[in-house]
Parts: sequence; structure tokens; C-alpha cells
Amino acid sequence: MAYFLGLLFALVAFWIGMSGHFEPLLLGLGVVSLVLTMILAYRLDILDREGAPYVRVIGFAMYFPWLMKEIVKANWTVIRACLRADLDIAPTLVKLKTICTSDLAKVTFANSITLTPGTVTVEIDGDKLLVHGLYEQDSQPEAFTEMDRRSARAIDGKGAAA
Amino acid sequence: MTAAALIAILLGMILLLIRTLIGPTLYDRVLAVNSFGTKTVLALGLLGYVMGRPEFLDIAILYAMINFVSTIAILKFFRYRSFQVPLVRRGGAQGGKR
Amino acid sequence: MSDLLANLLQFFEMVRYPAGSALCLVGAILCVIGTIGVMRFPDFYTRMHAASITDTSGATVILIGMALMAPGWLIVAKLATIFWLLFLTSPAASHAVVNAAHTAGLQPLIGRIGKKADDEEGAA
Repeated sequence: MAYFLGLLFALVAFWIGMSGHFEPLLLGLGVVSLVLTMILAYRLDILDREGAPYVRVIGFAMYFPWLMKEIVKANWTVIRACLRADLDIAPTLVKLKTICTSDLAKVTFANSITLTPGTVTVEIDGDKLLVHGLYEQDSQPEAFTEMDRRSARAIDGKGAAA
Repeated sequence: MTAAALIAILLGMILLLIRTLIGPTLYDRVLAVNSFGTKTVLALGLLGYVMGRPEFLDIAILYAMINFVSTIAILKFFRYRSFQVPLVRRGGAQGGKR
Repeated sequence: MSDLLANLLQFFEMVRYPAGSALCLVGAILCVIGTIGVMRFPDFYTRMHAASITDTSGATVILIGMALMAPGWLIVAKLATIFWLLFLTSPAASHAVVNAAHTAGLQPLIGRIGKKADDEEGAA
């Protein structure tokens, strides 16, 4: 039920934000498409923790500024690598082990790695990740433990971060 | 200054087209097309501001959605040479987890 | 207090167009830098890193600049939607391309590339 209400709220906010009109015709069209979407979501059986992840919105909002800071820091490194007169990079492949348990937390962790320039998740299998990094010294497995811990706490809650 | 930003983005798009043409592997081309799509989204938004009609942002949203789907579709097609296979079935190391 | 608030609002109205267009220009230059990286880097996997500059910082800075210049809240909502879409789909697309290349057997260059040493050994 909570997932249903969360999806409903998100869809209403999306419709209002996209249209911005409040005439009866457009609101009626909005209600029709909303009902259709809800029926489809129910029939597809995607109203679960992954389909409507609005319960963890607060945890993710705490994680987001830290992720942005990391992205800015990593951007600086890659911009310098792009603009150097002589190419000086040391690409590497690293194997990681994550402490995230749920699929959603793993996706958050892998997406955070891919979002920070300089590191890309190549493959994810169970709790093992294969990461391609632009600089060997910056992408040792220890460099990712804090991101791993924070994304596990943001999505899985406090108990998982121990 | 917004017009200058638009021109800079168009310059980047031209460079990416060169990479799309000379890219040694298929994946270089897909990467360049994907990046080209992101730049197209940004250029559409900036074009709306330059012309004084920010309604262009609707088209930009649509393009952002289509760009992602087209990247996945191209990759899927060149992996299986067909659109008739389910996306979740994978050979190789990933295994059938679902 | 309300006087100060009105002053601040007036200052914001005055400064938001120049600041917004300057941010747009900075973001566009970041995009061009990412593209230069895509042209220069020697290998598909390293080009991926350069392309992600465009997807993250370039797009974010340009969208913030456009939000500063926005005439109404509706435009800001649409810009937020674009940001959210790019934020969710660009890592997924990058991961899809890289994973397809890795599954197809494209080997990355490993080790220091540049003037110091040119040992390009096959990857594991």
C-alpha cells in the first residue's frame, strides 16, 4: 500500500510539473493516464521495493551531497588528464567485494562508481564487482570502501552498514 | 553568452561525429552516439533559451528518454543480431540470476 | 528584515542572467573538454572516462545555469526532470556499453601509458 501511495504521489507530481495547466480537460486526461499507469504497474507486478523506492528517499537525500562532492573531485582529475600536453594515464582493472546486500543497494553502489569519472563498473556478479579505473593509484579497492559503506547505509538502512 | 555556449556544444558535437566516423570498434561508435545524444539534449535546452522559447525543454526531455532506449537497443541488436530474444537471458559470466 | 529580503531578491534578479549564462558557457567548455578527451585517449575503456565528464559535470553545470535563467517554476521542474533522467540513465548506458564490450572480448590497455613507459600488456 505504501508503494502504491508513493507511486501515486510521484506520478501526480510528474504530471503537474510537466503540464502546469489546471483546466478540467487536461486534469481529466491526467487522471485517465494515471489510472492506466497504475493498472499497468499492478499487472506487471512491479509495485515492490525496486519499482517504487520512495521509502529510502531520506537516506538517499543524505547520500546525494557526498556523491556530488566525490563527482566534482573526480572530474578535476579527469579534466587534467584530458588537457595534459603529454598523455599520462595508467588504466587498470580492479576487483571489488561489496558489503551491500539488496539489489537496489548494489545498483546504487555500481551507479555511483560509474558516475564518478575515472572509474566504470565493467561487470557485477553477486557481490563481486569488476571496475576499470583511469589511474592505478586512485582506484585501489580501499578507495571504494567509504562509497560502499555509505550507499549500503543509504539504501539498506543502518543495520546493514555494520 | 548563451549563444557562445551553444556554439561550443555544437563544436563538441562535430568532434564527436568525427569519432563516430573513425571509431575503430563498434563500441567506440555507440559511446560517441550516446554522448552525442546527451549533448543534443543540452543543445536543445540552450537553443530554447537563445530563441526565447524555453518550451523546447519538452523536446529535450523526450530526447533524453529516447537516447537511453536507443543505446540499449543498438547494443542488444549487435549482441544477438535480433530483437527477438529476452533481455534478461545472458550467456557468459553473469549467469541467469533472475 | 523584509527590507533586507527585498534587497536580496532584487540582487538575485539582477545577477541571475549573467551568472546563468556564464554557468552555461562553463558547462559547454566542460563538454568540449570531455570531447577532446574522447578524441585523444588511446583505448575504448579510457574514452569512456572522458565521455562521463560530459554526462556528469557538463550537463549539471549547464542545467544549473539554465535553471538560474528560468522564467518560471515550471521550467525549473522540467530542468530537474532532465537532470534526474540524465543522472539515472547515463551510468546505466555507460555500464551497458562497457559490459557489452567486455563480454564481447575487447581487451583494455593496462599499465602506464605515456612518456615514462610504454608497456602495454594484455589484460586478464
